[in-house]
Amino acid sequence: MVRTIEEINEKIKQGRAVVATAEEIIGIVNEKGLQQAAREVDVVTTGTFSPMCSSGAYFNIGHAKPRIKLGGGRVYLNDVPAYAGFAAIDLFIGSNALPDDDPRNRLRPGEFNYGGGHVIEELVAGKDVQLVATAYGTDCYPRKKLETWINIKDLNQAVLFNPRNAYQNYNVAVNLSDKTIYTYMGILKPRLGNASYSTAGQLSPLFNDPLYKTIGIGSRVFLGGGIGYVAWHGTQHCPDVPRTKGGVPTRPAATLALIGDLKQMSPRWLVGASMIGYGTTLAVGIGTPIPILSEEILKFTTVTDADILAPVVDYSKAYPQCKPDIVAEVSYAQLKSGSINIKGKDIPTASMSSYSRALEIATTLKEWIQNGRFLLTQPVAPLPAAGSGYELNPLKERPIRQ
Amino acid sequence: MIVSKKIVLHFPGRLVDRPIISRLIKDFDLNFNILKASILPDEEGLLVMELSGEQNNYDKGIRYLTHTGVKIQSLSQNVLRNEDRCTHCGACVTICPTSAFELDIKSRKVTFNNEKCIACGLCIKACPPRAMEVHF
Repeated sequence: MVRTIEEINEKIKQGRAVVATAEEIIGIVNEKGLQQAAREVDVVTTGTFSPMCSSGAYFNIGHAKPRIKLGGGRVYLNDVPAYAGFAAIDLFIGSNALPDDDPRNRLRPGEFNYGGGHVIEELVAGKDVQLVATAYGTDCYPRKKLETWINIKDLNQAVLFNPRNAYQNYNVAVNLSDKTIYTYMGILKPRLGNASYSTAGQLSPLFNDPLYKTIGIGSRVFLGGGIGYVAWHGTQHCPDVPRTKGGVPTRPAATLALIGDLKQMSPRWLVGASMIGYGTTLAVGIGTPIPILSEEILKFTTVTDADILAPVVDYSKAYPQCKPDIVAEVSYAQLKSGSINIKGKDIPTASMSSYSRALEIATTLKEWIQNGRFLLTQPVAPLPAAGSGYELNPLKERPIRQ
Repeated sequence: MIVSKKIVLHFPGRLVDRPIISRLIKDFDLNFNILKASILPDEEGLLVMELSGEQNNYDKGIRYLTHTGVKIQSLSQNVLRNEDRCTHCGACVTICPTSAFELDIKSRKVTFNNEKCIACGLCIKACPPRAMEVHF
Protein backbone atom coordinates (compact mmCIF):
# COMPACT_ATOMS: atom_id res chain seq x y z
CA MET A 1 0.00 0.00 0.00
CA VAL A 2 1.43 3.35 -1.01
CA ARG A 3 -0.40 6.62 -0.77
CA THR A 4 0.71 10.20 -1.52
CA ILE A 5 0.03 13.42 0.34
CA GLU A 6 -1.69 14.77 -2.82
CA GLU A 7 -4.11 11.82 -2.76
CA ILE A 8 -4.83 12.38 0.93
CA ASN A 9 -5.44 16.10 0.33
CA GLU A 10 -7.83 15.27 -2.52
CA LYS A 11 -9.84 13.10 -0.11
CA ILE A 12 -9.74 15.82 2.57
CA LYS A 13 -11.15 18.36 0.08
CA GLN A 14 -13.94 15.94 -0.79
CA GLY A 15 -14.66 15.38 2.90
CA ARG A 16 -13.81 11.67 2.55
CA ALA A 17 -10.56 11.44 4.49
CA VAL A 18 -10.46 8.78 7.21
CA VAL A 19 -8.74 10.17 10.28
CA ALA A 20 -7.95 8.61 13.67
CA THR A 21 -6.16 9.94 16.72
CA ALA A 22 -2.90 8.30 17.80
CA GLU A 23 -4.88 6.76 20.67
CA GLU A 24 -7.71 5.40 18.48
CA ILE A 25 -5.34 3.95 15.90
CA ILE A 26 -3.95 1.46 18.44
CA GLY A 27 -7.36 -0.23 18.75
CA ILE A 28 -8.11 0.03 15.02
CA VAL A 29 -4.89 -1.76 14.03
CA ASN A 30 -5.39 -4.36 16.78
CA GLU A 31 -8.82 -5.11 15.40
CA LYS A 32 -8.28 -4.91 11.65
CA GLY A 33 -4.62 -5.72 11.26
CA LEU A 34 -1.96 -3.46 9.82
CA GLN A 35 -2.70 -4.12 6.14
CA GLN A 36 -6.39 -3.40 6.21
CA ALA A 37 -6.04 -0.43 8.59
CA ALA A 38 -3.39 1.07 6.30
CA ARG A 39 -5.77 0.77 3.35
CA GLU A 40 -8.56 2.50 5.31
CA VAL A 41 -6.89 5.21 7.39
CA ASP A 42 -5.44 8.30 5.69
CA VAL A 43 -4.21 10.37 8.61
CA VAL A 44 -3.34 9.86 12.29
CA THR A 45 -3.40 12.94 14.53
CA THR A 46 -1.27 13.54 17.62
CA GLY A 47 -1.33 16.08 20.43
CA THR A 48 0.61 17.47 23.35
CA PHE A 49 0.01 20.24 25.87
CA SER A 50 2.79 21.12 28.26
CA PRO A 51 4.94 23.97 29.55
CA MET A 52 7.54 24.63 26.85
CA CYS A 53 10.01 27.25 28.00
CA SER A 54 11.66 27.97 24.66
CA SER A 55 8.60 29.79 23.37
CA GLY A 56 8.08 33.40 22.48
CA ALA A 57 6.44 35.81 20.10
CA TYR A 58 7.45 38.69 17.90
CA PHE A 59 5.43 41.75 16.95
CA ASN A 60 5.46 44.75 14.71
CA ILE A 61 3.59 47.46 16.59
CA GLY A 62 3.16 50.02 13.78
CA HIS A 63 4.96 53.38 13.48
CA ALA A 64 4.16 56.14 15.96
CA LYS A 65 3.92 59.80 14.94
CA PRO A 66 6.56 61.14 15.30
CA ARG A 67 8.56 57.98 14.77
CA ILE A 68 10.49 56.14 17.48
CA LYS A 69 13.28 53.60 17.00
CA LEU A 70 12.80 50.94 19.69
CA GLY A 71 15.79 49.00 18.33
CA GLY A 72 18.66 49.57 20.76
CA GLY A 73 16.29 51.04 23.33
CA ARG A 74 14.35 49.46 26.15
CA VAL A 75 10.81 48.11 25.88
CA TYR A 76 8.45 46.68 28.48
CA LEU A 77 5.12 44.91 27.94
CA ASN A 78 3.13 44.93 31.20
CA ASP A 79 6.48 45.63 32.92
CA VAL A 80 8.06 42.52 31.36
CA PRO A 81 11.12 43.38 29.25
CA ALA A 82 10.86 42.59 25.54
CA TYR A 83 13.85 42.20 23.23
CA ALA A 84 14.32 45.29 21.07
CA GLY A 85 17.46 44.51 19.12
CA PHE A 86 15.74 44.59 15.73
CA ALA A 87 14.64 47.35 13.39
CA ALA A 88 12.57 50.27 14.60
CA ILE A 89 9.34 48.69 15.84
CA ASP A 90 9.89 44.95 15.89
CA LEU A 91 9.89 43.29 19.31
CA PHE A 92 10.34 39.78 20.66
CA ILE A 93 9.15 38.55 24.04
CA GLY A 94 10.21 35.22 25.52
CA SER A 95 8.11 33.16 27.91
CA ASN A 96 10.74 33.27 30.69
CA ALA A 97 11.16 37.09 30.74
CA LEU A 98 10.45 38.66 34.15
CA PRO A 99 9.72 42.20 35.31
CA ASP A 100 12.89 44.00 36.50
CA ASP A 101 11.40 44.35 39.99
CA ASP A 102 10.31 40.71 40.34
CA PRO A 103 12.03 39.37 43.48
CA ARG A 104 12.92 36.16 41.58
CA ASN A 105 14.51 33.63 43.95
CA ARG A 106 15.69 36.20 46.50
CA LEU A 107 13.40 34.45 48.98
CA ARG A 108 13.44 30.82 47.93
CA PRO A 109 11.32 29.52 46.41
CA GLY A 110 10.25 32.55 44.37
CA GLU A 111 6.64 32.68 43.19
CA PHE A 112 7.12 33.97 39.63
CA ASN A 113 3.52 35.04 39.27
CA TYR A 114 3.86 37.01 36.04
CA GLY A 115 6.24 36.93 33.10
CA GLY A 116 6.56 36.73 29.34
CA GLY A 117 4.33 33.65 29.06
CA HIS A 118 1.53 35.54 30.78
CA VAL A 119 1.98 38.57 28.48
CA ILE A 120 1.59 36.26 25.46
CA GLU A 121 -1.52 34.66 26.97
CA GLU A 122 -3.09 38.08 27.67
CA LEU A 123 -2.33 39.33 24.14
CA VAL A 124 -3.84 36.19 22.61
CA ALA A 125 -6.90 36.62 24.84
CA GLY A 126 -7.41 40.04 23.21
CA LYS A 127 -6.56 42.00 26.37
CA ASP A 128 -4.93 45.42 26.18
CA VAL A 129 -1.26 45.33 27.18
CA GLN A 130 0.86 48.30 28.35
CA LEU A 131 3.87 49.16 26.24
CA VAL A 132 6.47 51.45 27.83
CA ALA A 133 9.58 52.24 25.82
CA THR A 134 12.60 54.51 25.93
CA ALA A 135 14.87 55.14 22.97
CA TYR A 136 17.89 57.32 22.19
CA GLY A 137 16.41 59.37 19.34
CA THR A 138 17.84 59.86 15.85
CA ASP A 139 17.30 62.34 13.03
CA CYS A 140 14.86 59.98 11.32
CA TYR A 141 13.36 58.56 14.55
CA PRO A 142 13.33 61.58 16.87
CA ARG A 143 11.11 60.31 19.66
CA LYS A 144 12.64 59.10 22.92
CA LYS A 145 9.63 57.92 24.92
CA LEU A 146 6.50 55.95 24.22
CA GLU A 147 3.78 54.87 26.64
CA THR A 148 0.70 53.29 25.12
CA TRP A 149 -1.80 50.46 25.32
CA ILE A 150 -1.47 47.92 22.55
CA ASN A 151 -3.89 45.22 21.44
CA ILE A 152 -3.17 42.19 19.27
CA LYS A 153 -5.85 43.21 16.77
CA ASP A 154 -3.97 46.46 16.01
CA LEU A 155 -0.51 44.92 15.63
CA ASN A 156 0.75 44.58 12.06
CA GLN A 157 2.21 41.18 12.83
CA ALA A 158 1.96 39.01 15.92
CA VAL A 159 3.79 35.74 15.40
CA LEU A 160 4.42 32.90 17.82
CA PHE A 161 7.95 31.65 17.20
CA ASN A 162 9.17 28.90 19.48
CA PRO A 163 12.79 27.79 19.07
CA ARG A 164 12.23 24.48 20.90
CA ASN A 165 8.93 22.65 21.33
CA ALA A 166 7.49 19.14 21.29
CA TYR A 167 10.50 17.36 22.80
CA GLN A 168 10.62 13.76 21.65
CA ASN A 169 10.77 12.06 25.05
CA TYR A 170 11.83 13.71 28.28
CA ASN A 171 13.36 13.01 31.68
CA VAL A 172 11.31 11.77 34.60
CA ALA A 173 12.45 14.03 37.43
CA VAL A 174 13.10 12.78 40.97
CA ASN A 175 14.96 14.09 43.99
CA LEU A 176 17.47 11.87 45.79
CA SER A 177 18.51 14.56 48.28
CA ASP A 178 17.17 15.25 51.77
CA LYS A 179 15.46 18.54 51.00
CA THR A 180 12.61 19.64 48.77
CA ILE A 181 13.73 21.14 45.47
CA TYR A 182 11.89 23.45 43.10
CA THR A 183 12.44 22.76 39.42
CA TYR A 184 10.93 23.27 35.99
CA MET A 185 9.54 19.76 36.51
CA GLY A 186 7.63 21.02 39.55
CA ILE A 187 8.16 20.53 43.26
CA LEU A 188 10.25 17.42 43.93
CA LYS A 189 9.98 16.00 47.42
CA PRO A 190 13.08 14.63 49.16
CA ARG A 191 14.21 10.98 49.17
CA LEU A 192 12.29 9.96 46.04
CA GLY A 193 9.07 11.49 47.42
CA ASN A 194 7.54 11.87 43.97
CA ALA A 195 8.36 11.59 40.27
CA SER A 196 7.39 14.10 37.62
CA TYR A 197 7.15 13.40 33.89
CA SER A 198 6.25 15.57 30.97
CA THR A 199 5.09 14.10 27.71
CA ALA A 200 1.78 12.82 26.41
CA GLY A 201 3.32 9.39 25.74
CA GLN A 202 1.51 7.44 23.03
CA LEU A 203 -0.30 10.58 21.86
CA SER A 204 2.80 12.77 21.62
CA PRO A 205 3.76 14.01 18.10
CA LEU A 206 7.30 12.70 17.69
CA PHE A 207 6.70 9.34 19.40
CA ASN A 208 4.34 8.54 16.53
CA ASP A 209 6.83 9.42 13.81
CA PRO A 210 9.99 8.46 15.68
CA LEU A 211 12.32 8.51 12.67
CA TYR A 212 10.85 11.75 11.18
CA LYS A 213 9.65 9.99 8.02
CA THR A 214 6.71 12.37 7.50
CA ILE A 215 7.36 15.47 9.63
CA GLY A 216 9.94 17.95 8.41
CA ILE A 217 10.61 21.59 7.76
CA GLY A 218 7.45 23.15 6.34
CA SER A 219 5.02 20.65 7.88
CA ARG A 220 1.69 22.28 8.77
CA VAL A 221 0.63 21.65 12.38
CA PHE A 222 -1.89 22.63 15.07
CA LEU A 223 -0.16 25.34 17.11
CA GLY A 224 -1.73 27.17 20.03
CA GLY A 225 -5.23 26.62 18.66
CA GLY A 226 -4.33 27.97 15.22
CA ILE A 227 -2.29 26.79 12.29
CA GLY A 228 1.48 26.76 12.48
CA TYR A 229 4.44 25.31 10.66
CA VAL A 230 7.65 23.53 11.47
CA ALA A 231 10.22 26.27 10.84
CA TRP A 232 13.32 24.22 11.57
CA HIS A 233 14.48 21.42 13.81
CA GLY A 234 14.36 22.80 17.34
CA THR A 235 17.31 23.82 19.47
CA GLN A 236 19.00 20.91 21.27
CA HIS A 237 17.69 18.54 18.54
CA CYS A 238 19.58 15.31 19.20
CA PRO A 239 18.49 12.37 17.05
CA ASP A 240 21.43 10.07 17.83
CA VAL A 241 20.28 8.56 21.11
CA PRO A 242 19.53 4.99 22.22
CA ARG A 243 16.28 3.72 20.74
CA THR A 244 13.93 0.79 21.25
CA LYS A 245 13.49 -1.86 18.53
CA GLY A 246 10.52 0.20 17.33
CA GLY A 247 12.77 3.20 16.79
CA VAL A 248 11.45 5.16 19.78
CA PRO A 249 14.20 7.13 21.54
CA THR A 250 14.71 6.30 25.21
CA ARG A 251 16.27 9.71 25.92
CA PRO A 252 15.25 13.28 25.03
CA ALA A 253 15.85 13.42 21.26
CA ALA A 254 14.28 15.45 18.46
CA THR A 255 12.72 18.89 18.96
CA LEU A 256 10.78 21.24 16.68
CA ALA A 257 11.04 24.98 16.09
CA LEU A 258 7.49 26.13 15.38
CA ILE A 259 6.03 29.29 13.93
CA GLY A 260 2.48 30.53 13.42
CA ASP A 261 0.13 33.51 13.34
CA LEU A 262 -0.58 34.44 16.97
CA LYS A 263 -3.70 36.32 15.88
CA GLN A 264 -5.46 33.02 15.05
CA MET A 265 -4.50 31.33 18.31
CA SER A 266 -6.40 31.00 21.56
CA PRO A 267 -5.63 31.41 25.28
CA ARG A 268 -6.95 27.89 25.84
CA TRP A 269 -3.88 26.57 24.04
CA LEU A 270 -1.30 29.15 25.14
CA VAL A 271 -1.37 29.38 28.92
CA GLY A 272 1.07 31.47 30.97
CA ALA A 273 2.49 29.33 33.75
CA SER A 274 4.47 29.87 36.96
CA MET A 275 6.93 27.24 38.16
CA ILE A 276 7.59 27.94 41.84
CA GLY A 277 11.30 28.48 42.52
CA TYR A 278 12.08 28.32 38.80
CA GLY A 279 10.40 30.98 36.70
CA THR A 280 7.61 31.67 34.27
CA THR A 281 6.88 29.75 31.11
CA LEU A 282 4.21 29.11 28.52
CA ALA A 283 2.13 25.94 28.19
CA VAL A 284 1.75 25.30 24.46
CA GLY A 285 -0.72 23.09 22.63
CA ILE A 286 0.67 21.29 19.58
CA GLY A 287 -0.79 18.66 17.29
CA THR A 288 0.68 17.06 14.19
CA PRO A 289 -0.95 15.11 11.37
CA ILE A 290 0.78 11.95 10.23
CA PRO A 291 -0.09 11.02 6.64
CA ILE A 292 -0.38 7.23 6.39
CA LEU A 293 1.79 6.86 3.30
CA SER A 294 2.71 3.24 3.97
CA GLU A 295 2.16 0.37 6.36
CA GLU A 296 5.53 1.13 7.92
CA ILE A 297 4.40 4.66 8.81
CA LEU A 298 1.13 3.34 10.20
CA LYS A 299 3.06 0.82 12.31
CA PHE A 300 4.96 3.65 14.00
CA THR A 301 1.68 5.35 15.01
CA THR A 302 0.53 2.26 16.90
CA VAL A 303 3.15 2.83 19.59
CA THR A 304 1.67 2.44 23.09
CA ASP A 305 2.67 3.81 26.47
CA ALA A 306 4.12 0.39 27.33
CA ASP A 307 6.55 0.66 24.35
CA ILE A 308 7.95 4.05 25.37
CA LEU A 309 10.74 4.23 27.93
CA ALA A 310 11.94 7.35 29.72
CA PRO A 311 15.03 7.96 31.85
CA VAL A 312 14.56 8.76 35.54
CA VAL A 313 16.97 11.56 36.45
CA ASP A 314 17.97 12.96 39.85
CA TYR A 315 17.33 16.72 39.75
CA SER A 316 19.12 17.35 43.04
CA LYS A 317 22.54 16.38 41.69
CA ALA A 318 22.91 14.64 38.31
CA TYR A 319 20.84 17.20 36.39
CA PRO A 320 22.29 20.42 37.86
CA GLN A 321 25.84 19.04 37.62
CA CYS A 322 25.19 17.99 34.01
CA LYS A 323 26.06 14.35 34.65
CA PRO A 324 24.68 11.67 32.33
CA ASP A 325 23.74 9.28 35.19
CA ILE A 326 20.22 7.94 35.25
CA VAL A 327 18.47 6.35 38.21
CA ALA A 328 16.31 3.94 36.18
CA GLU A 329 14.31 3.54 32.99
CA VAL A 330 10.52 3.33 33.22
CA SER A 331 7.70 3.03 30.68
CA TYR A 332 4.92 5.57 30.22
CA ALA A 333 2.46 2.81 31.08
CA GLN A 334 4.13 2.57 34.50
CA LEU A 335 4.27 6.36 34.88
CA LYS A 336 0.59 6.74 34.02
CA SER A 337 -0.44 4.02 36.51
CA GLY A 338 0.21 6.62 39.23
CA SER A 339 3.30 5.07 40.76
CA ILE A 340 6.69 3.65 39.79
CA ASN A 341 8.97 1.42 41.80
CA ILE A 342 12.56 2.55 42.18
CA LYS A 343 15.10 1.07 44.57
CA GLY A 344 12.28 -0.95 46.13
CA LYS A 345 10.22 2.15 46.87
CA ASP A 346 6.81 2.97 45.39
CA ILE A 347 6.96 6.54 44.19
CA PRO A 348 3.82 8.48 43.25
CA THR A 349 3.99 9.98 39.77
CA ALA A 350 2.44 13.10 38.30
CA SER A 351 2.63 14.82 34.95
CA MET A 352 3.46 18.37 33.95
CA SER A 353 1.85 17.62 30.59
CA SER A 354 -1.95 17.44 30.32
CA TYR A 355 -3.02 14.23 28.63
CA SER A 356 -6.68 15.26 28.51
CA ARG A 357 -5.73 18.48 26.70
CA ALA A 358 -3.42 16.52 24.38
CA LEU A 359 -6.34 14.27 23.49
CA GLU A 360 -8.53 17.32 22.88
CA ILE A 361 -5.90 18.66 20.45
CA ALA A 362 -5.59 15.35 18.55
CA THR A 363 -9.40 15.23 18.32
CA THR A 364 -9.68 18.86 17.20
CA LEU A 365 -7.05 18.35 14.50
CA LYS A 366 -8.89 15.20 13.39
CA GLU A 367 -12.10 17.25 13.04
CA TRP A 368 -10.31 20.02 11.14
CA ILE A 369 -9.04 17.43 8.64
CA GLN A 370 -12.42 15.69 8.39
CA ASN A 371 -14.12 19.04 7.75
CA GLY A 372 -11.65 20.01 5.02
CA ARG A 373 -10.24 22.87 7.11
CA PHE A 374 -6.72 21.55 7.31
CA LEU A 375 -4.68 20.19 4.39
CA LEU A 376 -1.42 18.32 4.79
CA THR A 377 1.89 19.59 3.47
CA GLN A 378 4.92 17.87 2.02
CA PRO A 379 7.99 18.89 4.05
CA VAL A 380 10.44 21.02 2.07
CA ALA A 381 13.43 19.50 3.89
CA PRO A 382 13.83 16.64 6.37
CA LEU A 383 14.79 16.98 10.03
CA PRO A 384 18.28 15.71 10.82
CA ALA A 385 17.70 12.02 11.56
CA ALA A 386 19.50 9.32 13.51
CA GLY A 387 22.81 8.53 11.86
CA SER A 388 23.05 11.97 10.25
CA GLY A 389 25.87 12.92 12.60
CA TYR A 390 23.86 15.81 14.04
CA GLU A 391 25.01 16.26 17.64
CA LEU A 392 24.12 18.02 20.86
CA ASN A 393 27.28 19.21 22.57
CA PRO A 394 27.84 20.68 26.01
CA LEU A 395 29.48 24.07 26.30
CA LYS A 396 33.25 23.97 26.10
CA GLU A 397 34.12 26.62 28.63
CA ARG A 398 37.25 28.62 27.91
CA PRO A 399 38.00 30.91 30.84
CA ILE A 400 38.71 34.51 29.90
CA ARG A 401 42.00 35.70 31.38
CA GLN A 402 42.70 39.40 31.15
CA MET B 1 -23.70 8.45 64.93
CA ILE B 2 -20.19 9.88 64.79
CA VAL B 3 -19.67 12.85 62.46
CA SER B 4 -16.48 14.57 61.42
CA LYS B 5 -16.41 17.83 59.47
CA LYS B 6 -13.82 20.36 58.41
CA ILE B 7 -14.99 23.86 59.26
CA VAL B 8 -13.73 27.42 59.14
CA LEU B 9 -14.45 29.62 62.16
CA HIS B 10 -14.34 33.41 62.08
CA PHE B 11 -14.00 34.99 65.52
CA PRO B 12 -14.94 38.66 65.92
CA GLY B 13 -12.27 40.78 67.63
CA ARG B 14 -14.10 40.76 71.00
CA LEU B 15 -13.84 36.93 71.24
CA VAL B 16 -10.20 36.50 70.34
CA ASP B 17 -8.96 36.56 73.98
CA ARG B 18 -11.63 34.18 75.34
CA PRO B 19 -11.27 30.39 75.67
CA ILE B 20 -13.94 28.97 73.40
CA ILE B 21 -12.70 25.86 71.65
CA SER B 22 -11.74 24.24 74.96
CA ARG B 23 -15.44 24.18 75.91
CA LEU B 24 -16.15 21.99 72.90
CA ILE B 25 -14.19 19.23 74.68
CA LYS B 26 -15.30 19.96 78.22
CA ASP B 27 -19.00 20.61 77.69
CA PHE B 28 -19.80 18.78 74.49
CA ASP B 29 -17.36 15.87 74.45
CA LEU B 30 -16.11 16.76 70.97
CA ASN B 31 -12.73 16.08 69.45
CA PHE B 32 -10.87 18.47 67.20
CA ASN B 33 -7.78 18.77 65.06
CA ILE B 34 -6.63 22.33 64.37
CA LEU B 35 -5.41 22.73 60.79
CA LYS B 36 -4.77 26.44 60.74
CA ALA B 37 -5.10 29.35 63.16
CA SER B 38 -4.34 33.02 62.72
CA ILE B 39 -5.24 36.45 64.00
CA LEU B 40 -5.79 38.98 61.26
CA PRO B 41 -4.75 42.67 61.40
CA ASP B 42 -8.22 43.83 62.49
CA GLU B 43 -7.97 41.37 65.41
CA GLU B 44 -10.44 39.00 63.84
CA GLY B 45 -9.52 35.37 64.45
CA LEU B 46 -9.52 32.61 61.86
CA LEU B 47 -9.47 28.93 62.76
CA VAL B 48 -9.66 25.97 60.43
CA MET B 49 -10.32 22.66 62.13
CA GLU B 50 -11.74 19.23 61.83
CA LEU B 51 -14.45 18.74 64.47
CA SER B 52 -15.77 15.30 65.32
CA GLY B 53 -18.06 13.56 67.82
CA GLU B 54 -21.62 12.24 68.26
CA GLN B 55 -24.03 13.99 65.88
CA ASN B 56 -26.08 15.17 68.83
CA ASN B 57 -23.07 16.70 70.59
CA TYR B 58 -21.72 18.09 67.34
CA ASP B 59 -24.96 19.99 66.71
CA LYS B 60 -24.94 21.33 70.26
CA GLY B 61 -21.33 22.41 69.94
CA ILE B 62 -22.03 24.23 66.69
CA ARG B 63 -25.04 25.92 68.30
CA TYR B 64 -22.85 27.03 71.21
CA LEU B 65 -20.26 28.51 68.81
CA THR B 66 -22.93 30.32 66.80
CA HIS B 67 -24.55 31.77 69.96
CA THR B 68 -21.18 32.99 71.17
CA GLY B 69 -20.81 34.98 67.96
CA VAL B 70 -18.49 32.75 65.91
CA LYS B 71 -19.27 32.63 62.20
CA ILE B 72 -19.01 29.09 60.79
CA GLN B 73 -18.46 27.93 57.24
CA SER B 74 -17.73 24.57 55.75
CA LEU B 75 -14.10 24.39 54.57
CA SER B 76 -15.14 23.13 51.16
CA GLN B 77 -16.69 26.53 50.44
CA ASN B 78 -13.31 28.19 50.87
CA VAL B 79 -10.98 26.19 48.65
CA LEU B 80 -11.93 26.45 45.02
CA ARG B 81 -10.52 25.40 41.70
CA ASN B 82 -10.81 27.91 38.87
CA GLU B 83 -12.02 25.50 36.20
CA ASP B 84 -11.13 27.96 33.43
CA ARG B 85 -7.47 27.92 34.45
CA CYS B 86 -6.98 24.28 35.36
CA THR B 87 -5.35 22.40 32.48
CA HIS B 88 -5.56 18.98 34.21
CA CYS B 89 -1.81 18.43 34.04
CA GLY B 90 -1.39 16.81 37.44
CA ALA B 91 1.30 18.99 39.05
CA CYS B 92 -0.84 19.14 42.23
CA VAL B 93 -1.47 15.41 42.53
CA THR B 94 1.69 14.36 44.38
CA ILE B 95 2.04 17.64 46.28
CA CYS B 96 -1.28 17.51 48.17
CA PRO B 97 -0.67 15.90 51.59
CA THR B 98 -4.22 14.54 51.85
CA SER B 99 -4.60 13.21 48.28
CA ALA B 100 -7.45 15.60 47.54
CA PHE B 101 -6.39 15.57 43.89
CA GLU B 102 -6.51 12.41 41.85
CA LEU B 103 -5.89 11.70 38.21
CA ASP B 104 -8.92 9.88 36.87
CA ILE B 105 -7.41 6.99 34.92
CA LYS B 106 -10.25 6.97 32.41
CA SER B 107 -10.80 10.65 31.59
CA ARG B 108 -7.15 11.58 32.37
CA LYS B 109 -8.57 14.59 34.19
CA VAL B 110 -7.58 15.69 37.66
CA THR B 111 -10.45 15.47 40.14
CA PHE B 112 -10.52 17.73 43.21
CA ASN B 113 -12.24 16.34 46.28
CA ASN B 114 -12.59 19.35 48.56
CA GLU B 115 -13.91 17.14 51.38
CA LYS B 116 -10.35 15.84 51.78
CA CYS B 117 -8.80 19.32 51.60
CA ILE B 118 -7.25 20.76 54.80
CA ALA B 119 -6.58 24.19 53.27
CA CYS B 120 -2.80 23.93 53.76
CA GLY B 121 -2.29 25.95 50.57
CA LEU B 122 0.54 23.83 49.14
CA CYS B 123 -1.28 23.36 45.84
CA ILE B 124 -1.68 27.07 45.25
CA LYS B 125 1.92 27.73 44.28
CA ALA B 126 2.53 24.23 42.95
CA CYS B 127 -0.10 24.83 40.26
CA PRO B 128 1.62 26.21 37.13
CA PRO B 129 -1.47 28.04 35.74
CA ARG B 130 -2.45 29.08 39.31
CA ALA B 131 -5.89 27.52 39.19
CA MET B 132 -6.27 26.91 42.95
CA GLU B 133 -7.76 29.61 45.16
CA VAL B 134 -8.28 29.83 48.91
CA HIS B 135 -10.80 32.41 50.12
CA PHE B 136 -11.24 32.89 53.88
